[in-house]
Amino acid sequence: MSDEAKKSDKATLRIWRGNAEGGEFKEYEVGTYPGMVVLDAIHDVQAEHAPDLAVRWNCKAGRCGSCSAEINGKPRLLCMTRMSHFEPGQPITVTPMKTFPIVKDLVTDVSHNFRVAKRIPPFKPRPRDADGHWRMQQIDIDRIQEFRKCIECFLCQDVCHVLRDHDKHDSFAGPRFMIHLATLDMHPLDTVDRRPMMKEELGIGYCNITRCCTEVCPEHITITDNGIIPLKERVADDFFDPVRWLMRKISPPANKKSLPVLPDPIKATTKTKKKQDAEA
Amino acid sequence: MTTDDKFETHEHDVLIIGAGGAGLRAAIEASSMGVSVGLVCKSLLGKAHTVMAEGGVAAALGNVEPKDGWKVHFRDTMKGGRYLNQWRMAQLHAMEAPDRVNELEEWGALFDRTADGRILQRNFGGHKYPRLAHVGDRTGLEMIRTLQQHGIHLGMSVYMECTVTRLLGDDNRVSGAFGYWRETGKFVIFKARTVVLATGGIGRAFKINSNSWECTGDGQALAYLLGAELMDCEFMQFHPTGMVWPPSVRGTLITEGVRGEGGTLRNKDGKRIMFDYIPELYAKDTAPTEEEADRWLEESAKGTGKSRRTPDLLPRDIVARAIHSEVKAGRGSPHGGVFLDIHSRRSAADIKRKLPAMYHQFKELGDVDITRESMEVGPTAHYTMGGIRVDPETQETRVKGLFAAGECAAGMHGANRLGDNSLSDLLVFGRIAGHHAAKLAKATSQKSVDAGQIEACEREALAPFEREEGRNPFQVREDLMNQMQKYVGIMRNEGDLQAGVVELERLAADAGKCAVSGNRHFNAGWHETVDLRNLLVVSEAMARAALVRKESRGAHAREDFPDQDKGHWSQVNLVVRKGSAGMEVEQVPLPPLPDEIKQVLEEE
Ligand SMILES: Cc1cc2nc3c(=O)[nH]c(=O)nc-3n(C[C@H](O)[C@H](O)[C@H](O)COP(=O)(O)OP(=O)(O)OC[C@H]3O[C@@H](n4cnc5c(N)ncnc54)[C@H](O)[C@@H]3O)c2cc1C
Ligand code: SF4
Ligand code: SF4
Ligand code: FES
Repeated sequence: MSDEAKKSDKATLRIWRGNAEGGEFKEYEVGTYPGMVVLDAIHDVQAEHAPDLAVRWNCKAGRCGSCSAEINGKPRLLCMTRMSHFEPGQPITVTPMKTFPIVKDLVTDVSHNFRVAKRIPPFKPRPRDADGHWRMQQIDIDRIQEFRKCIECFLCQDVCHVLRDHDKHDSFAGPRFMIHLATLDMHPLDTVDRRPMMKEELGIGYCNITRCCTEVCPEHITITDNGIIPLKERVADDFFDPVRWLMRKISPPANKKSLPVLPDPIKATTKTKKKQDAEA
Repeated sequence: MTTDDKFETHEHDVLIIGAGGAGLRAAIEASSMGVSVGLVCKSLLGKAHTVMAEGGVAAALGNVEPKDGWKVHFRDTMKGGRYLNQWRMAQLHAMEAPDRVNELEEWGALFDRTADGRILQRNFGGHKYPRLAHVGDRTGLEMIRTLQQHGIHLGMSVYMECTVTRLLGDDNRVSGAFGYWRETGKFVIFKARTVVLATGGIGRAFKINSNSWECTGDGQALAYLLGAELMDCEFMQFHPTGMVWPPSVRGTLITEGVRGEGGTLRNKDGKRIMFDYIPELYAKDTAPTEEEADRWLEESAKGTGKSRRTPDLLPRDIVARAIHSEVKAGRGSPHGGVFLDIHSRRSAADIKRKLPAMYHQFKELGDVDITRESMEVGPTAHYTMGGIRVDPETQETRVKGLFAAGECAAGMHGANRLGDNSLSDLLVFGRIAGHHAAKLAKATSQKSVDAGQIEACEREALAPFEREEGRNPFQVREDLMNQMQKYVGIMRNEGDLQAGVVELERLAADAGKCAVSGNRHFNAGWHETVDLRNLLVVSEAMARAALVRKESRGAHAREDFPDQDKGHWSQVNLVVRKGSAGMEVEQVPLPPLPDEIKQVLEEE
């Protein structure tokens, strides 16, 4: 069936409505059109049925990470989920992220993440080269650039069982911040030692490598294999061997080579493959 | 009962409204000068529209082309702006941008690298040399994350998901701001010695646009309503390459980086269109043939060469109108755009590495694999050159203590902005605004806030709840976007603009009748009514200024006056202010060019 032919179709949304005290599902019917995403449908619900329906969004292009929610139970971006993805005739269920406290309807209180961010000591570079530049080879920053694609949608935080089921918000920073720490730790210019903190305060040990976070990341960041696992190794090794940590900071490229880069078991992308080749 | 008891109140030396690139940079500067800083934004921190910027940040670092320098960048900027820019702003921008970019690196940003490990720079429309520091096609994200991660450790207070609805004070002196928490709907007062507006653009005034929901012209409207002036409001940039299909993503941006990487625009017959649209002003620097254009691409990637640049990278206004003309002449693509082709120019691997976000965007939202098929593209409302009129040295408005920086301020870009001159603008003028706001705050005391004024703010904000039966704010907004698209869009004429002004008057009346239901907690309908007032102010300013400017220049194109005037209109900016009988438009002469600047412009 062509997209055009679907124009007059209807879809039913089952949206959770309520606040911290409680709530219920409400059903709304909307017309569909080509290319429509779930966020479009929610906007139509606002405009036609429920102007006080609360939802976060900004860019509607998968770039800002505001519109995170759970669609038929799966953590996703509302603006990047096509309506055509779902079986026609079946209601589409939209609920707020489960891991965070509810504010209203689809909006949750994600302030915890901003508090964690503040606790992590910021980047502090070594001095510039004599000519005022900092030289870094592209190959040495490729992997950190992958981590810096993070749009802070917090879907990984939502899905991680340590936070979601065991509520360890106080003792585990969560996958988003593990890759932030990985970025800092692998940054060729950074000079701060955050290992004791990672181990003791930010709880890297809680992660048992289930890879659920990697699976939901809309930016396809290989959070677990490229970020958390190398970080765990560094924390374990370096914790007993500060000289080794210092050496790596002083001569990052040489050490880079010795780092394991594991392929993503779920979907080995061309990108990670290429990286392996490059490092091999 | 005093207002302090009735409303949550915060006091800061400097209040910064907006946490995009400009607001964050201003906040960092002011904080590092030791004053207390409050930073307010409508969304969560890190989500501001700046996050969407793709291509890069323009700075004459000279890493790829050593011939580059501030003078060349300055000339490019003035030429792109058709010489209506405030020359001093364009000069400061060109001189300071390299420092601002290097400073980002100091705060942890990781730009793509040259072979010898320095910051890589690439080509972009209107920039003579490869000048854009970039990170793939997510430069804005890198910039905002860097500023955010640096800023949060400097002791500023951040008020997220808080919308400012009015500035406090009068047309002589600002004293703070009034707003509400989006979550609870409760009101909040900010007292401040100085205020910096950094609220971004107005793209949401048009049906087809590339902007996020936040871009409703709030800062411009807040400043205007307090008594500051707006300038250059007729100049709205339509980016040539927005998605045109499917309808859900109509307007979503396709970065100019696609053309920077070699992408070409073709019509339905497969012909490269831009060679037919090279204007006189650019003829000297533009390749007239496909062979030369392709040669240029190869050479410039290596940082060598004498060939002239491809017309696919002419300034945006020219490319946008070329597409408009092709479509009008019946040579467009199936859904009313033209084709943008990168797949025949670059390998699939290159495309995925250099333009990952574009690849992703088309695959997921458009069912198009850009490594094998052409994209369909058309103009989309993107950026406003117009905005709050400021002093070029300090970014202060005519209201004492009120500053503005970033997209909501005017002057830097003249009649047309060059791609990527915005991110650098945010950094340069964000810093300057933050600096002068902090300096003034140290030298002055807090002006008292007037209880009567606060009550009026409260009444205004709550009015939509009082109306029992009324218009649906979502429909009025939709109506407004359609009228602006129809009458004040990419091609204008007297009749349309007149009709547009009449429609805007009707819409203002409709907006005054909007009613909302439910309570004040995260109520989207209510928020919409607040944004509508601002959109109406900036829309009216644009329509009225466009009526006055009887020529075509930069982004402002009039069918009834198709030529760029060499006389009167090349010498004036249009300034908009609130008069006793409504909105007034005044023609103000450009500041005179000092001889040494004239000289820089004439060198080539
Ligand atoms: C898709 C896209 C791609 C782009 N790519 C590039 C590029 O590659 N290079 C380039 O140079 N430029 C680019 N631009 C332009 C550039 O991104 C913007 O001009 C720039 O980001 C604007 O930044 P800003 O700091 O002025 O405002 P914004 O980033 O828009 O931030 C505005 C801030 O103000 C806050 N705010 C607004 N109103 C209120 C209120 N009433 N109360 C409280 N807070 C408020 C918002 O919450 C937000 O925090 C692009 C634009 C788009 C749309
Ligand atoms: S891999 Fe670790 S961080 Fe990721 S979801 Fe599993 S436990 Fe959480
Ligand atoms: S790592 Fe991925 S899933 Fe987690 S916050 Fe960042 S973008 Fe979202
Ligand atoms: S709205 Fe920005 S990611 Fe969905």
